[in-house]
Amino acid sequence: MIHFDNVSKRYPGGYEALSQVSFRLPRGKMAYLTGHSGAGKSTLLKLIALIERPSRGQIILDGVNLNHISNRNVPYIRRNIGIIFQNHHLLYDRPVFDNIAMPLVIQGYRHKEIQRRVRAALDQVGLLKKEKSDPITLSGGEQQRVGIARAIVHKPALLLADEPTGNLDPELSLEIMQLFERFNQVGTSVLIASHDLDLIQHMGAQALSLKDGRVVEDEITPGETTAGAA
Amino acid sequence: MRKGTQFNIRAYLINHARVLLGSLGHLTRQPMSTAMTTAVIAIALTLPAGLYLALNNISGLSESWDSSTKISLFLHTSVTETQAQALVKKLQLHNEIDHVSLISREQGLEQFKQLSGFGSALQFLDNNPLPVVLVVQPIVDPKRPNQIQHLLKELESDKLVELAQLDMQWVKRLYALLEIAHRVIWAIGSLLGLAVLLIVGNTIRLDIQNRRAEIEVSKLIGASNAFIRRPFLYTGFWYGLSGGILAWLLTSLSLSLLAEPVEKLALLYHSDFQLSGLSAGDITNLLAASCGLGLLGSWLAVGRHLDEIEPS
Repeated sequence: MIHFDNVSKRYPGGYEALSQVSFRLPRGKMAYLTGHSGAGKSTLLKLIALIERPSRGQIILDGVNLNHISNRNVPYIRRNIGIIFQNHHLLYDRPVFDNIAMPLVIQGYRHKEIQRRVRAALDQVGLLKKEKSDPITLSGGEQQRVGIARAIVHKPALLLADEPTGNLDPELSLEIMQLFERFNQVGTSVLIASHDLDLIQHMGAQALSLKDGRVVEDEITPGETTAGAA
Repeated sequence: MRKGTQFNIRAYLINHARVLLGSLGHLTRQPMSTAMTTAVIAIALTLPAGLYLALNNISGLSESWDSSTKISLFLHTSVTETQAQALVKKLQLHNEIDHVSLISREQGLEQFKQLSGFGSALQFLDNNPLPVVLVVQPIVDPKRPNQIQHLLKELESDKLVELAQLDMQWVKRLYALLEIAHRVIWAIGSLLGLAVLLIVGNTIRLDIQNRRAEIEVSKLIGASNAFIRRPFLYTGFWYGLSGGILAWLLTSLSLSLLAEPVEKLALLYHSDFQLSGLSAGDITNLLAASCGLGLLGSWLAVGRHLDEIEPS
């Protein structure tokens, strides 16, 4: 699903956020991206979502080389990815339903289809009764679940989450992670960036560990057990 | 990837319809600022529209003045009063002539004394130097502008006539003045059109800033630039349309306020002149121009400011 081949990202000013990162995430797999803050987790996710472009190396996403995608075509790549942010990125000027419907509206779905899919997504995150609520009236955990519903409502092949449990207590965090597990069970590839090692161990999924922009442990690439720093 | 890259015409149309109504809804949710912007656009458009209308009416008025066009026939000084009377009778029968009046040499001298101020000087002349003058009132057909020139030539060819003169100089001057007024209105109209462009552009720029979060999120979940641009373009269109309609109403209102006094004035001049309003064509042009300016203004603003907003 995701294939990084010697990817480096250097920001203007010389700071190298990622150095020669290579890994492969097979289709339908769920994996964690770990490391201290500043290790390059967010940058890696941004490269996949084409929010940033690599300085060197190649990223193949679902068979498409992202280096060959022009800025014009970036939106069409993003439509097949669901992205979840630590700070939710919800719009507070509209109710929960409209927030979740956005990806479907962008892709021009019919009104009936939008209603059906949004309700299904709300049901999956357990917020069916909150569709008319304003996001600001919801708790942190509920807001995060609205964000997740928005990320999965258009059934993307890949789900990216950047510190989705960063602001939540352990119990809620576990709930959110179990939610991701359920999406994974129906075939969605999932990559979650998190620094919460206890939680990751508890979940028992495989991880890719970064340190100072380099891969220090790779449990996800098939045939690779523990490749140290390249 | 697997889906979405191909162009989907149904999704495209659904999006357009949705945004057309959505942007209208967005405007009605902030009625005060929408009303203010619309009013400013309308006033900027009403001024040139009103001037245009005034010019149109003056042009119409000058057309009716054409009917008061007169031809003065100066006869040879040798022509006697009786010969002149015979010519009057002959001309009365001409089917392009309404009526003919005769100014005898004595009447002419009398008028000249009164009007020129040379009265006392004339006393020193031995005889009356003025010829008999016939004033011909032609029947003017506005569809045939050359007809008077033909008539003029025909009358001049009569052997009793020394000079045939058309009293149209002042009409020509009026037309020249109207031509200048026309240019002035175009200049004012262009400037105010530019003002509309700037008003819409600035309003859209503020709108883009206010909706920064929405634009960022939309880009993150795969909205194309066209999709993000669309609501702002339609907003500009709605501003233009509503401003244009309000300008039309304001123009009509001003006109109806003027109609009665103008009619009274016309009556004092024994004229049945009436103010004419904007024609269907004028209204179409006004609305097309205002919608066009609204769209263009928002297009410029969106082009400048939308690319600055990228998710990070």
